[in-house]
Amino acid sequence: MRWIRRNLVVIAGLLTLAYMILPNLVVMAFSFNKPKGRFNYSWQEFSLDAWKDPCGVADMCESLSLSLQLAAWATVGAVVLGTMIAFALVRYRFRARGAINSLIFLPMAMPEVVMAASLLTLFLNMGIELGFWTVLIAHIMFCLSFVVTAVKARVMSMDPRLEEAARDLYAGPTQTFLRVTLPIAAPGIAAGALLAFALSFDDFIITNFNAGSTVTFPMFVWGSAQRGTPVQINVIGTAMFVLAVLVVVAGQIITNRRKKTATA
Amino acid sequence: MTDKTAHTGKTTGGGDVRLTGISKSYGSFTAVHPLDLTVPQGSFFALLGASGCGKTTTLRMIAGLEDPSTGTVFLGDKDVTDLPPYKRPVNTVFQSYALFPHMDITENIAFGLRRRGIKSVKKQVDDMLELVQLGDKARHKPHQLSGGQQQRVAVARALINHPQVLLLDEPLGALDLKLRRQMQLELKRIQTEVGITFVHVTHDQEEAMTMADQVAVMNGGRVEQLGAPADLYENPQTTFVANFLGTSNLIEAEVLETGPTSADVLVTAGGGKLRVPGDRCTSAVRQGGKVLVGVRPEKISLAHADDAGSIADGRNRVTGRIADSSFIGVSTQYVVNSPAGAELQVYEQNIERDARLRPGAEVVLHWNPAHTFGLDAAQDIDAGVETVEDAG
Amino acid sequence: MTTSTLQKEEAAPVEEPVLRKPSTRKRLVPYWLLLPGIIWLLVFFALPLVYQASTSVQTGSLEAGFQVTWHFQTYWDAFQEYWPQFVRSLLYAGTATLLCLLLGYPLAYLIAFKAGRWRNLLLVLVIAPFFTSFLIRTLAWKTILADDSLVVDALNALHVLDVTSWIGWTEGDRVLATPMAVVCGLTYNFLPFMILPLYTSLERIDGRLHEAAQDLYASPATTFRKVTFPLSMPGVVSGTLLTFIPASGDYVNAELLGSTDTKMVGNVIQSQFLRVLDYPTAAALSFILMAIVLIMVTVYIRRAGTEDLV
Repeated sequence: MRWIRRNLVVIAGLLTLAYMILPNLVVMAFSFNKPKGRFNYSWQEFSLDAWKDPCGVADMCESLSLSLQLAAWATVGAVVLGTMIAFALVRYRFRARGAINSLIFLPMAMPEVVMAASLLTLFLNMGIELGFWTVLIAHIMFCLSFVVTAVKARVMSMDPRLEEAARDLYAGPTQTFLRVTLPIAAPGIAAGALLAFALSFDDFIITNFNAGSTVTFPMFVWGSAQRGTPVQINVIGTAMFVLAVLVVVAGQIITNRRKKTATA
Repeated sequence: MTDKTAHTGKTTGGGDVRLTGISKSYGSFTAVHPLDLTVPQGSFFALLGASGCGKTTTLRMIAGLEDPSTGTVFLGDKDVTDLPPYKRPVNTVFQSYALFPHMDITENIAFGLRRRGIKSVKKQVDDMLELVQLGDKARHKPHQLSGGQQQRVAVARALINHPQVLLLDEPLGALDLKLRRQMQLELKRIQTEVGITFVHVTHDQEEAMTMADQVAVMNGGRVEQLGAPADLYENPQTTFVANFLGTSNLIEAEVLETGPTSADVLVTAGGGKLRVPGDRCTSAVRQGGKVLVGVRPEKISLAHADDAGSIADGRNRVTGRIADSSFIGVSTQYVVNSPAGAELQVYEQNIERDARLRPGAEVVLHWNPAHTFGLDAAQDIDAGVETVEDAG
Repeated sequence: MTTSTLQKEEAAPVEEPVLRKPSTRKRLVPYWLLLPGIIWLLVFFALPLVYQASTSVQTGSLEAGFQVTWHFQTYWDAFQEYWPQFVRSLLYAGTATLLCLLLGYPLAYLIAFKAGRWRNLLLVLVIAPFFTSFLIRTLAWKTILADDSLVVDALNALHVLDVTSWIGWTEGDRVLATPMAVVCGLTYNFLPFMILPLYTSLERIDGRLHEAAQDLYASPATTFRKVTFPLSMPGVVSGTLLTFIPASGDYVNAELLGSTDTKMVGNVIQSQFLRVLDYPTAAALSFILMAIVLIMVTVYIRRAGTEDLV
């Protein structure tokens, strides 16, 4: 009893973690299922069918590839625009700072459905055809604020004297930016990029409103929830999960090694 | 002002740093008032002052990191006021060093050379590492080095470019006391070795006096006094300099007579009479006027009141009572309250200690009148005194 | 030669020192940096809101086209017709936010102070679910909460469902297609958004503060109440905002895990916009939602007393 009381926080924390991981385990398990009907919600029997033929469902892999491209371009756009804004906000004094800060904060403080609906109104009014480009525009828009926040945090903690030192040591503005500012701001920019990629890749609501007949991977899943869920969805979900965890763990090991050799 | 610049213009050498009428304001706040200053080529020059006195701003205007609001910066005969920092033959050792965290020591040191398009830097970098005694750390990252080592890398990174002037912005501020003393000597050695002009910004008066040939004491965005360390110490021109450089006993006094030759001025303070050499008074003294009489604590001798008769004639005397004494090894420091002034400081060498000199004892303070100086009484008597709030 | 020019310069009386202005090019740098991104936000975030505002006061039909008639009645009609969905949205989102805080705090605390060398692994596990599309994960809850599933059976055996169905959160021994399923899904989906800010602010707390508090006669509970929790307030504020705001506009969980009786305002906006094509009503609804959320967020931030967000 005393043990439980002393470790109450640990137990509660681990229970929360279990709650968070449980659906992933279910997704993983059901990727080996062989459902009877169109829906993959109840366990029938073990099978490797879906893993053997991951692209066996019509249009799924196309939507996946579209989502990846979309996320890549949205990341590039949001990172370029967001980094510029972050630098301006931290490094310069200018008019209308407050208004600009609110303009950046508001997209994060707004329910997605509101942004989605209003953007659709704009496109309809302008007579712009919905498709890849409208989705890309939307994704860059809502990723931008998150990139600004991530990069700003990093740039704020950067010692401005480092750039002064570079200028003092004969580096012109371009050289200073490329050799000192960018490498030091890189972790913040990378964090922003990662966030933007994840947000864009997984976005459903804004895409749902502005995609027209374009089908991204989340939209494919949404559609299949109505029409019937192929096991291959779980295969993709599981594969990405495992891949991502492996990448993170590998990265962790490499940095640990580097730290060790550096101190040795 | 025109007078002064014309004067400095005449004495311009090949590589002096000359500031003429230079100032810096941020909105309504003036960090540096129009200032004329010449740093002779090859000298070790210190800008000394408390934080916020404008010394760092002055340094940054020389480096080109700050655009002056008015005035001109000359390096030798060349007007560099409008040159960006990367086009000035001037390098800086930054406060807390500003070493590039993503580069190793070699890359840090080679940075300036590479930016100027020099391909083979190995030899020069090795020489520099040798000069600052860090040959074995060439491939380390800055964060793996101690404070003192980082400081030396910062110096090497600047010096490798053979600047006309090396600017040092509180380079020893982050080091502990012992290392600081060591690095002071080290920097002085390097300066003598390379013969480059050093402009050193510091708030530590001891550091400025140990290292520099010339010290400019700054206060409130103005240069209070400029001169060799010993000269500043012995002949302070303002109460700020008198209090900021070491400690001074300043006594408010009234002028009794200016003497026939005006060599000696007789003043009265707290009932006693004191003599001040007329040529050591900064302002014109007239009979009945006020003057601040100053004397350094170590110049004063202390005698127990019972021995007052044995004090030689012609010395300045002040009677008082010891309020406090503290033994600090080489000397004993006394605080004496007297009618002439409260809390006078006296430093006595520990040669023969008089056991009677304890708190509460009646004493006579006496010193050679030649060691007395006179300051304009219109100033704040406590200017430049360090208080607890300042230190915190 | 240079000396003579120098002297000429100096000979001129320098009564009024010439003020150097920073060059125009330099002053414009921040504006050039801001321009592209800000234009993007203005055109694709702010302008659409204007268009939506105008749409919300239009009348007409899809065939005949819509005209601005300043028909504010739409707002009132929309609110009257859909207020249950509004109430439900706020109730579900509020409950989910509270649950996220209750569930997330121990985990964030565990990672920040008790995990030791497991810290990075735990952090990876918190973020890892992100890498599987949230729609797939939400669908997994359909399996977990299905009738006669392990979880539902267990809840039934523990008589939890008796209580929840008594207060109307579940129906009989069903969990799926009830408010509880929707709240459960919302909580699950937004938990990481609560945990990460909480962790960030907890991790910044100096461990010596705990020691100092205990040294000054505070029990562990008092230490938490008087030191740890107040210091983690920035994390609590941004965590609750990052959870509540998206949850209040969500329609995915209600659609996938709920029933027609659990529809939230997001569902209404979505169907009005994409299926019914009644644009004015949809626009008015989303403006009402935006207003409610912004007002609540502003009041909340004022109350919590933190100005720096997220």
